[in-house]
Amino acid sequence: MPLPYLDEFRQEAHVRVLMEQLDEHAARLSKPVRIMEVCGTHTMAISRHGIRQALPKNLRLISGPGCPVCVTANTDIDAFIEMALMPEVIVATFGDMLRVPGTRMGLAEARSQGARVQVVYSTLDALRIARDNPDSTVVFFGIGFETTAPTVAAAILEASETGLDNFMVMSAHKVVPPALAALCGTPELAVDAFLCPGHVTAIIGPGAYEPVARDFGIPCVIAGFEPADILQSLSMLCDQVAEGRAEVELQYTRGVRPDGNPAARSMIEKIFEPGDAEWRGLGIIPGSGLAIREEFAAHDAARHFEVDVSYSREPKGCLCGAILTGQKIPRDCPLFGKSCSPDHPVGPCMVSSEGTCAAYYQYEI
Amino acid sequence: MCLAIPARIIDIDKQMATVDVGGVTRQASVVLLPEAGLGDYVLMHAGFAISLVDEKEALETIRLFQQLLDGMPGDDSGSAL
Ligand code: SF4
Repeated sequence: MPLPYLDEFRQEAHVRVLMEQLDEHAARLSKPVRIMEVCGTHTMAISRHGIRQALPKNLRLISGPGCPVCVTANTDIDAFIEMALMPEVIVATFGDMLRVPGTRMGLAEARSQGARVQVVYSTLDALRIARDNPDSTVVFFGIGFETTAPTVAAAILEASETGLDNFMVMSAHKVVPPALAALCGTPELAVDAFLCPGHVTAIIGPGAYEPVARDFGIPCVIAGFEPADILQSLSMLCDQVAEGRAEVELQYTRGVRPDGNPAARSMIEKIFEPGDAEWRGLGIIPGSGLAIREEFAAHDAARHFEVDVSYSREPKGCLCGAILTGQKIPRDCPLFGKSCSPDHPVGPCMVSSEGTCAAYYQYEI
Repeated sequence: MCLAIPARIIDIDKQMATVDVGGVTRQASVVLLPEAGLGDYVLMHAGFAISLVDEKEALETIRLFQQLLDGMPGDDSGSAL
């Protein structure tokens, strides 16, 4: 049974009238405005519905660092692949990671060399694999933002409580607000407003962006994922810019509570503590990672396995780093659509279902 | 990857719920959403319910769209707040 009102957010008449409204609101702007859509799911929706091309001339939507696979640094990807190649290990990962090229090889290639790689939809599946294979160590690749981190935390807690000692996580999780602050501090970025991720905010709550709005004067609107949501949010951002306001506003009222999800946040806090994390394109951002607490060290693959990834480097000629920070678009990359395509991805942005290069390749070429 | 899909809880047994996702039945953990109950719409991400879908708010947002469509005067703020 579909949601009774989901259609309303896609309905052509609504989309049309919201587009007209956006034209009117954008006409109030005194200068061209650059809005960054932070979230990869938004990037995909915007590309799929042709919103980028239909925008008023003085509005530009640029894609940000919100594709979890794409921002995962090659050092982390290589470390995970090294673990996958260990004979006693079964690795479990979300599907997008399979085809991401590492420095020496990707996971798919590791699998063809005998690595045991399982694609899972949920950490619950990874727990099951650990239970079914007591003689192996199952390592789950913990990537993703605040939306995903609590589901991984819940799995670690369950493994800990049930004595499932052969379940481990390599945590490369990242949190969004410090990355936005880091982006704001980049002079070449020149972003006027943020379209903020709906499902990350369902966990952290709108208040998490207050420092970005207050300290950097950048308006933030938390948006849903249907075309009507995105268009309405863009109008709200235009109004803030036109009126010289920099506030956090919530458009996605049906999916986000004013205080987010406190139970999910306390699950994150129970298992993880803030750590530094390396983001592709943004480098190391202090406090933007989630490290597994000492108390749960038994389930921390990074503590358990020693791997040498000093050979790690970024793919040659790939502009993913600049694309993830909004400084370049896929068409700026000489490899785009030529030697780099979804069939032969050079960088992660072409692999992930939320990657900017993949979105442009599929819908905007 | 932060994709979350709406689903309706049709059965619930402690921390596991059976949900209906557009006619397909699946299992979802509600450990991150202890307030979820039978009949609720939830957003599901990677096998976990992460947020309740607030139907009242959804209808309110749709009402604003409809107002725009009807060209009703008085509210052109574009805001659902
Ligand atoms: S087109 Fe390919 S090589 Fe170029 S930036 Fe995108 S992923 Fe990297």
